[in-house]
Amino acid sequence: MSTEVLDGHGQGQGGHASRGTYWAIGGILTLITAAEVTIFYIPAMAPVLVPLLLVLSATKFLLVVMFFMHLKFDSPVFSGVFLAGLVLASFMTVALILLYQVLPNYQVMG
Amino acid sequence: MAQAAAIAQDDHHYTSTGLPSWKVGFWTFIGSECLFFASLISTYMVYKGRSVVGPYPEEILNIPLTSVSTFVLLMSSLAMVLALDAVQRGSKKLSLVWLGGVVLLGSAFLGFQVYEFSHFVHEGLTIGTNVFGSSFFVLTGFHGAHVTGGVIWMITLWVLAARGKLKPADALKVEIAGLYWHFVDIVWIVIFTLVYLIQ
Repeated sequence: MSTEVLDGHGQGQGGHASRGTYWAIGGILTLITAAEVTIFYIPAMAPVLVPLLLVLSATKFLLVVMFFMHLKFDSPVFSGVFLAGLVLASFMTVALILLYQVLPNYQVMG
Repeated sequence: MAQAAAIAQDDHHYTSTGLPSWKVGFWTFIGSECLFFASLISTYMVYKGRSVVGPYPEEILNIPLTSVSTFVLLMSSLAMVLALDAVQRGSKKLSLVWLGGVVLLGSAFLGFQVYEFSHFVHEGLTIGTNVFGSSFFVLTGFHGAHVTGGVIWMITLWVLAARGKLKPADALKVEIAGLYWHFVDIVWIVIFTLVYLIQ
């Protein structure tokens, strides 16, 4: 898979991947989705289903963000702005799940 | 063609960092949208398994149907990057083909969602039935509203392209629309895994 990087069109207009790379990424996204659905229906995969699905989903997420949204080739400022929101969102999700799903299961000792 | 685009890009406003202000602003908007959807996804996760009456997720969610709609949305993202590539190269014909593809695939995704929602209501699951229904309809409904906005945006770009008003100099407009579309796609990647596959 070639990742031919074209010249940018000016500052902040980072280069993009080639059309061949876009088609390849589209194919990989399709295969990963097919793999997700397949392992969902295999009973033997049940013990590792959740971590496996999370890894596959994260892979799809990264492929779209890096190649289709061009963060792999664009200014790191855009990655920073996006990651700031993403990290805050992740902290908020973990905090809410801890507060309302995990902690209520522990009784206060005293 | 790339040189023409480079000259035309100088018409865009730039921040003191040398980056286009529209693009910096739009990435900031996407960062804030991460928080918006994270709050909806968190709510779904918090209320997961707490419904005291059915229908429950495992009884009603249609994985094969949603897998197809997920594939459709992923392919719309592919069409979007190819549309941007076509606009940057100044190909009107391919711009129309790929922007039209995004509109059709996005509309197909919305069609799947309308079918799913109407099927759920027919099965007795509404937004007021239980906490699963409330959190599910709010989360996927807001996502569908974003897709609807994206489809309308793509239709306006298609009309501009058809009128010959989408030149390589306007590639930034298409790139920003693409960022929005891909963001909607990555939100669905997360929803498909957390809501549909991890039950």
